[in-house]
Amino acid sequence: MAAMLQSFGVATASVGFSDHSTKLSGFSVHSLPVIRSEGRSISGPINGTRKTGKVITKAVAAQAESPASAASKPGHELLLFEALREGLEEEMDRDPRVCVMGEDVGHYGGSYKVTRGLAQKYGDLRVLDTPIAENSFTGMAVGAAMTGLRPIVEGMNMGFLLLAFNQISDNCGMLHYTSGGQFTIPTVIRGPGGVGRQLGAEHSQRLESYFQSIPGIQMVACSTPYNAKGLMKAAIRSENPVVLFEHVLLYNLKERIPDEEYVLNLEEAEMVRPGEHVTILTYSRMRYHVMQAAKTLVNKGYDPEVIDIRSLKPFDLHTIGNSVKKTHRVVIVEECMRTGGIGASLTAAINENFHDYLDAPIICLSSQDVPTPYAGTLEEWTVVQPPQIVAAVEQLCQ
Amino acid sequence: MAQLTRRSVNLLKPFSASVFATRHLTTSDTTPITVETSLPFTGHKIEPPSRSVETTPKELLSFFRDMALMRRMEIAADSLYKAKLIRGFCHLYDGQEAVSVGMEAAITKKDCIITAYRDHCIFLGQGQWVLRGHGIVGAQVPLGCGLAFAQKYSKDENVTFAMYGDGAANQGQLFEALNMSALWDLPAILVCENNHYGMGTAEWRAAKSPAYYKRGDYAPGLKVDGMDALAVKQACKFAKEHALKNGPIILEMDTYRYHGHSMSDPGSTYRTRDEISGIRQERDPIERIKKLILSHDLATEKELKDYEKEVRKEVDEAIAKAKECALPDSSELFTNVYKKGFGVEILQSLGSDQSEPSDTQINNRELVVQNALSERSTPIDLAGGGSLARHQHVLPTATHRQQSCHVNRHQCPNNSRH
Repeated sequence: MAAMLQSFGVATASVGFSDHSTKLSGFSVHSLPVIRSEGRSISGPINGTRKTGKVITKAVAAQAESPASAASKPGHELLLFEALREGLEEEMDRDPRVCVMGEDVGHYGGSYKVTRGLAQKYGDLRVLDTPIAENSFTGMAVGAAMTGLRPIVEGMNMGFLLLAFNQISDNCGMLHYTSGGQFTIPTVIRGPGGVGRQLGAEHSQRLESYFQSIPGIQMVACSTPYNAKGLMKAAIRSENPVVLFEHVLLYNLKERIPDEEYVLNLEEAEMVRPGEHVTILTYSRMRYHVMQAAKTLVNKGYDPEVIDIRSLKPFDLHTIGNSVKKTHRVVIVEECMRTGGIGASLTAAINENFHDYLDAPIICLSSQDVPTPYAGTLEEWTVVQPPQIVAAVEQLCQ
Repeated sequence: MAQLTRRSVNLLKPFSASVFATRHLTTSDTTPITVETSLPFTGHKIEPPSRSVETTPKELLSFFRDMALMRRMEIAADSLYKAKLIRGFCHLYDGQEAVSVGMEAAITKKDCIITAYRDHCIFLGQGQWVLRGHGIVGAQVPLGCGLAFAQKYSKDENVTFAMYGDGAANQGQLFEALNMSALWDLPAILVCENNHYGMGTAEWRAAKSPAYYKRGDYAPGLKVDGMDALAVKQACKFAKEHALKNGPIILEMDTYRYHGHSMSDPGSTYRTRDEISGIRQERDPIERIKKLILSHDLATEKELKDYEKEVRKEVDEAIAKAKECALPDSSELFTNVYKKGFGVEILQSLGSDQSEPSDTQINNRELVVQNALSERSTPIDLAGGGSLARHQHVLPTATHRQQSCHVNRHQCPNNSRH
């Protein structure tokens, strides 16, 4: 079982994947499998055309956490925000067209330190400190992307990007279509969202529910240092606009990630814990609530299969479908609000596609339809807590 | 979170009369004193007001008292945040107190103030309508122009002070709001509290023109020394007169914050400690008033120190009281999502004014909706149907909905519906 995340925020925590690596077929326990199909190297020549090298690797880092000395362990340990930075830096080294823009990303180093040191390395224009003008600098990024740059827009908090909604929806998402394919918009829009520790309603937004209808964009949510780096790199390399959802409470997660370069598939879900009784679909911070609940469930004799869907648009219905066909029961645990969230869409998608395989209605656990309160006790009530997940699984498996 | 606050709910009450019972008479002394502001005002498309400000001993002492209270409260908030009793984000105002007290001295209880998140002291200083707590930078300015719109609409001769920072000054919505205010001569006063840093970005790195008082272009502006409470008072008085007659005006308050942007920001990575201590030594607003009080012999050093001790005690008492306050009950989770009234039936059963949120209730939301819908015995007739169609968009036919109907009874020609 993956190590449980005990604390969020400033304290760091370790996330290991030792146990479930043995459950995955085909991988040696002691190696660091980073699969490149066709055996070609990931970094190829940079040109204006679409990259032909395959970049898919397995979805999860399977690592050997042996009690042997740390020095012999492969890979390196870092925190999630450092993993994001590593991915960003590698891509900026690789392709001079990749640039960053956002508030306090340059000299200040980023309000969550994701871009720390990059302005000193790449200069003020490539890591651009913008004024507080989200609508305009997002639009600016789209315009720059149309003519060949690959900008990464950072929203200091995802909620601020609501001010740029028109730019994201109409320009970012639709321009490739409305221009008849003449323009591609290879932007990445990223930033921390989600419910934090008493940050108040306006700073606890879950924009994935608002953005999910926008045609033309892709949406991914990272949850571990490993997938954060891999998804960041993939998002930058994608020719389509990608919204990368990070979470305010996950930046200090610690994990050992491979030294070798790797890039993840934007459309692939991650099997966190294979199981037989029930499929639990989740993403971002709720993954950790689910894993905490899974621990309890295992003690009670259940065998939940936990999948971190990662790709919020489009859903990886292949992985999800295979799981539903196996377990016949689904619980979705999300941080979006009940109305119109990712869970709502996922419920509809599974019902439409895998109805025959379901033995029971899907249970979708979401946050309450309320502005997130500042009061800690009320805030806790707003989001799904592990005991509720346990109760839902027990109810489902009766 | 946005709040509408009035003095009556203020945990920290202003000094009670008992404190001054032992003081000598200058506290109620309203002998006029004329003081020159530290710097002249600079105007943009307007003749600036005079540097000579009329004040009284009473006013100067109240400035000192109020600013000392604000300062003490912000320092206390710093400690409380570090002790994890205040959570989330905490944006402190120490250094900027003069803007708040100066403004209060110039306006009435009916004028409106709206500000963003660096708002603890505005709340303390004011006795009138104060809307605060806005987390999205700049979003409060169009709201402020809306308040001014309503004031003009009601012809009530009051003004609105829409406050924002130098960081927010680059928001497009500000210019949109200013354009509309100028177009319609709204009594809006846009107050830029320029503390020279938008979180970690200095003004010269964010604004091509950091002369914020000029950026209204067609709207006049005034640059004010925001560390001088009397200058602020003069400017606000001047602005109010102007706005009531001629529409919007921009006030740029040149001020400074000693703390970082918030408690998560040390405030020293983008500016030097020398700069911070330099300002504290040369321009501190409380020190300025203190010097004025002492030079005019309105109180002794010891008396002022006693005030500061009283203020500290008052803040400590307020903190103790706050610590004792109960946290909200879980039943409050859904309070105020919606307001009860016309058109709220399904929403009411789903969330507004609900007592206990239960998982079953939440999971059975669809069931609740079904129940609500089945209680309507008459079909909704929105399409066509003559004169009645315009008035029917919700059909309150069940008896318990009589209440919501009464308000609109006059709209429905056919009373038998009720």
